[in-house]
Amino acid sequence: MSTHLPVLQVVVPLLAAPVCALIRNARAAAVIAVLASWATLAIALSLLGDVMSAGVISYALGDWVPPIGIEYRVDIVNAWVLVIVSTIASAVAPYMITSVEDEVERRRIPLFYAAYLLCLCGLLGITVTGDVFNVFVFLEISSLSAYALIAMGTRRRALTAAFRYLVMGSVGATFIVIGIGLLYVMTGSLNMADLAVLLPEVWDSRTVKVAYGFLGVGFCLKLALFPLHLWLPNAYAFAPSAVTAFMASTATKVAVYMLLRFFLTIFGAPFSFGVMALDRVLLPLALVAIVSMSLVAIFQVDVKRLLAYSSVAQIGYMVLGLSFASVTGLTATLLHLFNHALMKGALFMAMGCVVYRIGSVHIDAMAGLGKRMPWTMAAFVLGGLSLVGVPLTVGFVSKWFLILGALERGWWPVAVIVLLASVLALVYVWRVVEAAYFRPYEGDEGVGVEAPWRLLVPTWALVGANLYFGINAVRTAQVAERAAEVLMTGVGP
Amino acid sequence: MRLDLFVSHYNYWVVIFLMMVGFYILISRGNLIKKVVGLNVFQTAVFMLYISMGKITGGTPPILVDPKGGGEAAAEVMYSNPLPHVLILTAIVVGIATTSVGLALAVRIKEAYGTLEEDEISRIEAEREAAE
Repeated sequence: MSTHLPVLQVVVPLLAAPVCALIRNARAAAVIAVLASWATLAIALSLLGDVMSAGVISYALGDWVPPIGIEYRVDIVNAWVLVIVSTIASAVAPYMITSVEDEVERRRIPLFYAAYLLCLCGLLGITVTGDVFNVFVFLEISSLSAYALIAMGTRRRALTAAFRYLVMGSVGATFIVIGIGLLYVMTGSLNMADLAVLLPEVWDSRTVKVAYGFLGVGFCLKLALFPLHLWLPNAYAFAPSAVTAFMASTATKVAVYMLLRFFLTIFGAPFSFGVMALDRVLLPLALVAIVSMSLVAIFQVDVKRLLAYSSVAQIGYMVLGLSFASVTGLTATLLHLFNHALMKGALFMAMGCVVYRIGSVHIDAMAGLGKRMPWTMAAFVLGGLSLVGVPLTVGFVSKWFLILGALERGWWPVAVIVLLASVLALVYVWRVVEAAYFRPYEGDEGVGVEAPWRLLVPTWALVGANLYFGINAVRTAQVAERAAEVLMTGVGP
Repeated sequence: MRLDLFVSHYNYWVVIFLMMVGFYILISRGNLIKKVVGLNVFQTAVFMLYISMGKITGGTPPILVDPKGGGEAAAEVMYSNPLPHVLILTAIVVGIATTSVGLALAVRIKEAYGTLEEDEISRIEAEREAAE
């Protein structure tokens, strides 16, 4: 059984999805979705444990020996990302039950869970596989189901947002296929580990460099790096609340993982940083993303949109860590994948609670909410502090490593920009806090509308994780550092 | 550029032309159906890129020649590479799925807004926002 864990990671949600679609019962589908999500977390944790103690796990799909057959290859990097994705899924799935009943038409709910499980399956598949074409297939599974999930939002603008995401996402995925095809032309292989061995021989060829370019643009579209982020704000703002919480904390993270895997494991750090100057391309884009998107976030009146723009800025931090081209920088990137998933998950889930009770997340509608929904808004405040990077929260840990990485390179202006951007984050979080706690509620006094516990428990679980891993960051930092070393040194044994 | 280089790589020119046509439609047209069509042309160009790279000059279809007789004659046979075709079979399925999701969204956008023109949709949204 345990030898089949890598493939079960994908098969469990893949099989649960059609079951949800077939049984046509909202409650039963919800239970299946929750159980499947928890199962993926158990598998991911067990895989991470195995990888930490025993090294790389290679699984030959259908017993076809790699590099001819498709290989699922788990090392510490993707075991870490698997844990991130399945942790968020496990927290969001129970939250969905109540949130989705409120926001999605009843007859569509089983199909909603089917789409959610397919999306989860796709994201886990991208992460676990060791075959580049397989990455594309899973990428499309997750993207297509994500378009459907976003289109289920209550307002009609969800439809145009989903359409825009579909067009930009498909272009990104097609660019990735072109890149994979060009790599195949040059090496005759689709296996990641095999490609990593074969590619250095053909570094000089223009085809490989063109492939690199296509892949780079494709990944940056998928991970919404400024200026290719245009699909993201509306998609996050108009999707159902639970979908936003799930997508914001997983989809872009997996895209960042793809970028790291292709550019560091397959092409190798010497090619990426030495020949292609990836660091010098990404550094300015990351800095512009951090500053400009934080500024844009300050002027939003819809809080979900505000948080969406903040996500684009936070993606800038992850890319910034990569652009340091050092183990410390990559540690910051990998830590921030996890930490940002925790904080954005908590923040979007708190906003989902507000939508559930108030029906709107317009900043004016939230006046006086601090008294009416004390637990929800306390969760928002703690998540917001984490976003700013206050000590004792996870946000501080990632910023700490980022600044260490910047100083290690001697780039102190970059460190200053990171700190300044934290002030900008404080400003946009403060706008919400100001509305909720310092503006009076103009309605019946004393009407408490606290969200039900079924929504609050998952939200606070993530808030708790924010604080726990902010105080006790040794374990996460160790895993991230080891993963960063694996990425920088190339293919492991 | 030498003409024979141009002619001998004609498959790439076809692919690049189709790709740019699709991409241009995608960017320049405001009609959502036309955008889906552009996306389709764009993806088809990539399918052709893959299929044409499986071709080997003088290669036969990849079906084992005379498996029993074997010997030297069978060893000399050159086969075309079937793998890109198999890959693109998957990608074609993905392309169909993308197109159908795109068209399904277009139908619902038409129901919700009464139009498929991008600029009219943004005008409707802007008016609604101004009214609020």
